Amino acid sequence: MSVLVYAETEAGKLKKVAFEVASYGKAVADQMGTEVIAVTFNAADANALGNYGVSKVMNISADGNFDAKIYASGIQQAASEAVAKVVVVSSSADSRYLTPLLAVGLDAGYATNVVAAPSNLAPFTVKRTAFTNKAFTQTEISSEVKIIGVSNNAFGLVENATACTVEDFAPSLAASTITVESVDKATDKVTIADAEVVVSGGRGLKGPENWHLIEDLADTLGAATACSKPVSDMGWRPHSEHVGQTGKPVASNLYIAIGVSGAIQHLAGINSSKVKVVINNDPEAPFFKAADYGIVGDAFEVVPQLIEKLKAFKAQA
Amino acid sequence: MKILVCISHVPDTTSKINFVENDTKFDTNGVQYIINPNDEFGLTRAMWLKEKSGATVDVINVGGAETESTLRKALAIGADKAIRINTEAVDATQVAKEIVAVTQNDAYDLIIAGRESIDYNGGMVPGMIAAMLGASYVNNCVGLEIEGDKATAAREIDGGKETVSTSLPLVIGGQKGLVEESDLKIPNMRGIMMARKKPLEVVEPNGATALSTTTKFEKSAPKGEVKLVDADNVDQLIDLLHNEAKVI
Ligand SMILES: Cc1cc2nc3c(=O)[nH]c(=O)nc-3n(C[C@H](O)[C@H](O)[C@H](O)COP(=O)(O)OP(=O)(O)OC[C@H]3O[C@@H](n4cnc5c(N)ncnc54)[C@H](O)[C@@H]3O)c2cc1C
Ligand SMILES: Nc1ncnc2c1ncn2[C@@H]1O[C@H](COP(=O)(O)O)[C@@H](O)[C@H]1O
Repeated sequence: MSVLVYAETEAGKLKKVAFEVASYGKAVADQMGTEVIAVTFNAADANALGNYGVSKVMNISADGNFDAKIYASGIQQAASEAVAKVVVVSSSADSRYLTPLLAVGLDAGYATNVVAAPSNLAPFTVKRTAFTNKAFTQTEISSEVKIIGVSNNAFGLVENATACTVEDFAPSLAASTITVESVDKATDKVTIADAEVVVSGGRGLKGPENWHLIEDLADTLGAATACSKPVSDMGWRPHSEHVGQTGKPVASNLYIAIGVSGAIQHLAGINSSKVKVVINNDPEAPFFKAADYGIVGDAFEVVPQLIEKLKAFKAQA
Repeated sequence: MKILVCISHVPDTTSKINFVENDTKFDTNGVQYIINPNDEFGLTRAMWLKEKSGATVDVINVGGAETESTLRKALAIGADKAIRINTEAVDATQVAKEIVAVTQNDAYDLIIAGRESIDYNGGMVPGMIAAMLGASYVNNCVGLEIEGDKATAAREIDGGKETVSTSLPLVIGGQKGLVEESDLKIPNMRGIMMARKKPLEVVEPNGATALSTTTKFEKSAPKGEVKLVDADNVDQLIDLLHNEAKVI
């Protein structure tokens, strides 16, 4: 028996979510009195998972791009080999793509957007968000094998030094039915999905020529940039930056909204961010009701000051 | 070509979310129901494919009689036939199994579902259908072209977009980008009249069992007051973010 975690890599290196699912997996394994085994693809630094409670890594070598069907087949065989009772995955786009396939393969009940360790093992009960973060549900999973999709940044990283062995695992991987023709991705930028901090701009910034404010602030904080829907609709920013109900969900530790009014559809997508800051010249903007910290002021005056002071703060730290 | 669009019947985002019966049931009182936005983008894309190559478009929902108004709306937008599987939707596994059972008698070349529903936010049904059918599957689909039995699709990925090619039968998890908001049509009078005459078949469930259940709901805690910082005092904001919130 074990808890299996799918620890994702990017270009052979473990992603931050890999350590988060390991931390979560360790908490579940402790409750169940068992160990955490990780499955990885092409991980060069798999040992690092030992810092978060993993005692064994099954590393699979796979060529080419990520493919949901191929990866699901590998994880499924790892789960059988490890006699996993619980499988833990992240909420990344790739994990959300492959896990429904894995759930069918393992005949497992699957809960997404899970925010806490199980509150009970029998019946197996987890807390998850629903109604685009307006509520939580208690969800019971009744199948023999259970799959948990952990909401990004909800559980956090919990160090737990453990002796860890890394083994090669060579399952018979499924054949792909999808051919990737081209990939259009900025590789030098922090993505919204991975970011700890997201800086977002709305229509209040007046035009794309002013986006250096958002970008400079983001650079200073090592943050990803995002925008409201009208901003991407008008072509000021690429669609991949649009966040909200119809765009990307954001679950960062810090979300800074500048010149964004805080419409319900915008908030729906960013509500699971831990700390929200708003900068807006209209004290009546609805965002002030959703934010933790706010400045009523003109973005063109406040943001340059903020960048300058943050640079000084970072230099000092 | 035969297309099936899965339609989830969900509360409008602006609806107040409340729970009743000791927080075990969603309070439907005064709630306005809509076609799940991701499904509406998919349905509109299906209409375009129909115009271009003469496909038939069926829509399907797993749910009680209360979802029929939403299915009628899909018919008014232009779907040819609606199917309602007459059982309460409990979890994604059960919903996917029930939909797959219907496609066993009547095979589809393309099944369009949404990336996720805005009520339970599961994001699981399309992938599960694809796995059960052994069909090709593209999630977070923001573009789709079909030529014969070949498909080209665009998938949104973290930080960008990827173009893939595959073959039918295909299942997609769709979202905005398949069509734009300005392409969505409010059904006109003629569409609504025609929808009344279109078939809405009620099918009895196949008895698929769910693997998970929601036992209790809880509203998110109301937020505390925002802490306002003076516009000439951004140092205080930095201090709060560093020492109080501990996020920088
Ligand atoms: C079905 C549906 C889905 C939607 N999905 C989304 C979604 O996913 N994401 C999304 O973002 N929106 C979505 N919307 C749109 C949403 O309702 C709002 O229209 C949108 O979020 C507003 O964008 P904004 O805040 O940038 O612009 P505005 O509402 O125009 O707000 C601009 C703000 O900037 C402030 N401002 C102006 N000048 C300055 C200045 N100099 N300094 C500081 N502040 C300034 C103003 O006070 C104002 O509050 C959706 C709408 C619908 C109907
Ligand atoms: N009860 C249902 N009936 C028909 N389709 C559904 C149902 N529930 C979910 N779907 C489809 O599956 C998609 C994803 O839903 P979910 O997995 O619940 O997030 C939705 O956008 C719909 O296309």
